[in-house]
Amino acid sequence: MPSFFDRLLGKQPKSADLAKDRLKLVLVNDRTDLTQINLEHLKDDIIRVISKHVDVDPAAVCISVAHDGREQRLVANIPLKPAPRKKRSRSRV
Amino acid sequence: MSGKVITITSGKGGVGKTTVTANLAVSLALSGDRVVCIDGDIGLRNLDVVLGLENRIVYDLVDVVEGRCRLRQAMIRDKRLPELHLIPAAQTRDKTAVSPSDMVHLCDELKSETDWILIDSPAGIERGFRNAIAPADTILVVTNPEVSAVRDADRVIGLVESDEKGPAKLILNRVNPAMTRRGDMLNAEDVLELLAVDLIGLIPEDDHVVASTNRGLPISLDGKCKAGQAFTNIARRIKGDVVPFLNLDEKPGLLGKISRLIRVGGQ
Repeated sequence: MPSFFDRLLGKQPKSADLAKDRLKLVLVNDRTDLTQINLEHLKDDIIRVISKHVDVDPAAVCISVAHDGREQRLVANIPLKPAPRKKRSRSRV
Repeated sequence: MSGKVITITSGKGGVGKTTVTANLAVSLALSGDRVVCIDGDIGLRNLDVVLGLENRIVYDLVDVVEGRCRLRQAMIRDKRLPELHLIPAAQTRDKTAVSPSDMVHLCDELKSETDWILIDSPAGIERGFRNAIAPADTILVVTNPEVSAVRDADRVIGLVESDEKGPAKLILNRVNPAMTRRGDMLNAEDVLELLAVDLIGLIPEDDHVVASTNRGLPISLDGKCKAGQAFTNIARRIKGDVVPFLNLDEKPGLLGKISRLIRVGGQ
């Protein structure tokens, strides 16, 4: 447990804040059956499907679970790569 | 008269379900309402000792369900509070001795002659919990400001929701204001944000609760201490009154004030 002076110097976060952060993650998993690992698999699948139709940057894709009250939502942020064809065709000309 | 059924549950054991049930029953009875409380924890009964009625048990819940006695015969009347009755659990049977539909029928029979039927649910999410929530009009989930209790409360709130029992209401029990102030205990705001339900009770940790339970006298019979007041307030909210939550943040001394100032500045 951090002493008063540790806290004063900001050395360690308060245990209640740690509890809250840990619970946030645990509750998302409990409520949705989606573990962090499942979420990674889901992300890979989404990238694979979307890549058939349009170029995406796999490293920039972000899939997360957001909550509004007790409702959970899967939020996907999938930045598209700029369409390269025009540039390529120009350089070839 | 058509009584309302309130089930007190929690998921995790040891968070204070039985104490809450006993004290709400006493508070409601003190306000003049007719109350029947049912111990749903077959095999591990305790509501009788917490209410101080353990010496008066003749018949129990399973005797009623299996037809060995009439409902009236299993209702123990509290001599201190004539409006308060207890239907104790059987101690030598298990949860499967009663079914959810038995509980619904039992409560339907009781409704005509009572204002409130309080059911003390066992811990867990199995048969005993299913029995306890089956007849409920309102479900109160008791939790403590600790990770395991909050996690289990969330699970139970989800189960109640998927059972279409309406949104459960939360009772946060054993709040330690000094620890909360130090940042070593989740505060009510944190817990409500995590669970996203409405709060109906905030009960401080209070040594008087253990002492009064030792005597078999629920703390609500003594309206002076903070925990007793908190229970009375919950009973009033159940009856529809708007009652502000207790300010648990007792005034710290001069030294406490200075250290709080320094802490705020240091963050």
